[in-house]
Amino acid sequence: MSDIVTKEQIRRPENLVYSKTKLLTDKALSYCPGCGHGTAHRILMEVIEELNAQEITIGIAPVGCSVLAYEFMNIDMQQAAHGRAPALATAVKRLMPEKIVFTYQGDGDLAAIGTAETIHACNRGENITIIFINNGIYGMTGGQMAPTTLPNMKASTCPYGRDVTTMGNPLRMTELVAQLPGVHFVTRQAVHTPSAVRKAKKALRKAFDLQKENKGLTFVEIVSNCNSGWKMTPVQSNKWMEENMFPFYPLGDIKVDGQLVK
Amino acid sequence: MAKVKGDIVIDIEKCKGCEVCIAACPQEVIAMAKNVNGKGYHYTETVNEECTGCANCAIVCPDGVITVYRMKN
Ligand SMILES: Cc1ncc(C[n+]2csc(CCOP(=O)(O)OP(=O)(O)O)c2C)c(N)n1
Ligand code: SF4
Ligand code: SF4
Ligand code: SF4
Repeated sequence: MSDIVTKEQIRRPENLVYSKTKLLTDKALSYCPGCGHGTAHRILMEVIEELNAQEITIGIAPVGCSVLAYEFMNIDMQQAAHGRAPALATAVKRLMPEKIVFTYQGDGDLAAIGTAETIHACNRGENITIIFINNGIYGMTGGQMAPTTLPNMKASTCPYGRDVTTMGNPLRMTELVAQLPGVHFVTRQAVHTPSAVRKAKKALRKAFDLQKENKGLTFVEIVSNCNSGWKMTPVQSNKWMEENMFPFYPLGDIKVDGQLVK
Repeated sequence: MAKVKGDIVIDIEKCKGCEVCIAACPQEVIAMAKNVNGKGYHYTETVNEECTGCANCAIVCPDGVITVYRMKN
């Protein structure tokens, strides 16, 4: 008897182990090849699908490369003025406390122009989930230095690298908001390898589970590449991220059950 | 022992040729095609029969273009 298996035999519905979630629309993503935004969108929508929460979730899109997130996420969404997503999410959640509400924001959006909104929403302990995509740069507008840009890292507005003596030090917003009593769960993840993606997805699931239990604000940072802004290939940028971003922005839980992780 | 048999299907028109899936595949199943798709991107293709259906490639693909199958026995 022949044990040769044909591709047709393998590609049967009963053998399906992975396909793109229906909670992503069929529109081609507007992101550059290899950009972490796409992977972050996908696992976020997979979690909403697992929670069977498509009808009760409202997302707030930012200004930045992910401004069009509402075109790709097949759920109810609004798009906020630059940096104001946590304020808009506050309103949505207070008017409709039965909904699951999240913001999806880049580091320019969350840690520069939106610093006040971020900190005050966190400090008030709004029962929302903030998803923070940190690529250390303003991606959409051409790779300018952001508050999150690493020391000596090159950007279009600091072509010789960020000189902290004149340009200030990078801001770890995630550690900062973890100090606030209204914030219940804080974690930093990545989406560049299979194991990182699996962990990040678990973290998002946990954040939404806690929101359903009305535990307060949950905050998930995803350190991501901006290969266009960093002027590298996607694979190079992921390696550069491991070597340079992770030492300054270490992955893992920062606050669990309202307690800082030591 | 029966070998695990997996296979992937790549939506080549949506692939952007970023090569992130190639780096994630433990079986070296995926490589870049010489041809380009309608958007001008080199797309990926499978180059051997070693796929185990582990789904690593699909999990890291930013554009969600990979579908994975695995024989159950
Ligand atoms: C009020 C206002 N100021 C400035 C801009 C210009 N602007 C658009 S996107 C952006 C930065 C986005 O960077 P980030 O939040 O890091 O997101 P990324 O594009 O890297 O994902 C800026 C400054 C704007 N649209 N509105
Ligand atoms: S500019 Fe950067 S953040 Fe924006 S889509 Fe391209 S790689 Fe992603
Ligand atoms: S990760 Fe996805 S988009 Fe990138 S080359 Fe592989 S199949 Fe194409
Ligand atoms: S499913 Fe696993 S073995 Fe098959 S191509 Fe993808 S990464 Fe490689």
